[in-house]
Amino acid sequence: MKRIKLLVLAMFAFLLGNAQDAVPEMSDALRQNGKIYVVVTVIAIIFTGIISYLISLERKISKLEK
Amino acid sequence: MWIRKYWWKLLGAGFLMYALTYGLLCPVPALDITNETIRNLFYHVPMWFTMYALFTYSVYHSIQYLRRAVDDHDIQARTSAEIGFLFGVMGIATGSIWAKYTWGTYWEPKDPKLNGAAIALLIYLAYFVLRSAVEDETKRARLAAVYNIFAFPMQLAVTYIMPKFMLSLHPSSADTVSFKQYDLDSKLRLVFYPAVAGWVILGFWIFTLVYRYQLLKIKSENEEN
Repeated sequence: MKRIKLLVLAMFAFLLGNAQDAVPEMSDALRQNGKIYVVVTVIAIIFTGIISYLISLERKISKLEK
Repeated sequence: MWIRKYWWKLLGAGFLMYALTYGLLCPVPALDITNETIRNLFYHVPMWFTMYALFTYSVYHSIQYLRRAVDDHDIQARTSAEIGFLFGVMGIATGSIWAKYTWGTYWEPKDPKLNGAAIALLIYLAYFVLRSAVEDETKRARLAAVYNIFAFPMQLAVTYIMPKFMLSLHPSSADTVSFKQYDLDSKLRLVFYPAVAGWVILGFWIFTLVYRYQLLKIKSENEEN
């Protein structure tokens, strides 16, 4: 009987210990309220600008080559 | 010629746009210490892949130069080494910041992976110094080609092979778990591979622009004389 009680206690303690394990902090909330998309848009705009500039450079060089 | 084609450049830009945006949004494994910084996998690591790709291209042209002394091989070897060097510097800078927030220091003085990366960049710095030190053009091209053929396996040894057998904080060394631990997450691969492809393509695109500029410069100099 005592053994079974201990066993039950041990199982309970295991569950308790498990429940206390902290989940690593991730910025899920930031995505949930949607604001991460602001940053993504900013990055997309900057990148579009850089690529457009590279294309215009490419055109200028092509012109010079002729 | 591939240098003047547009499709691969736009393909690379597409890959990058995907990696830059979805790389911030995609689900990542929730791990202690790395937390969200695991996303640096999409930005820091491709810098090194791009550097390796450009250095490989560079050493190929150095070998070609020694086989046949055509100036074009020399110009291509030098320009691609320059762009590769630029990506290496960005790799070190981004790695240093990542290290600060995961290992607690910008630079771990005795770490073989970090020091190997620094040595590799110094090897290529010496390549540029060597080039600028020799006046005679054919002599410079030949010396630089020979040096580059030694430099390439050396940088590969100190940045990639050697750290694999030593203790390092950096993933994929002897004592740390390699990125396979994270790679198992196929969601990361879904962004990582396009990111690598995108950055390598962008590196080569920038190379072609600088290379064409160099050709124009030489042409205009010849016309003046």
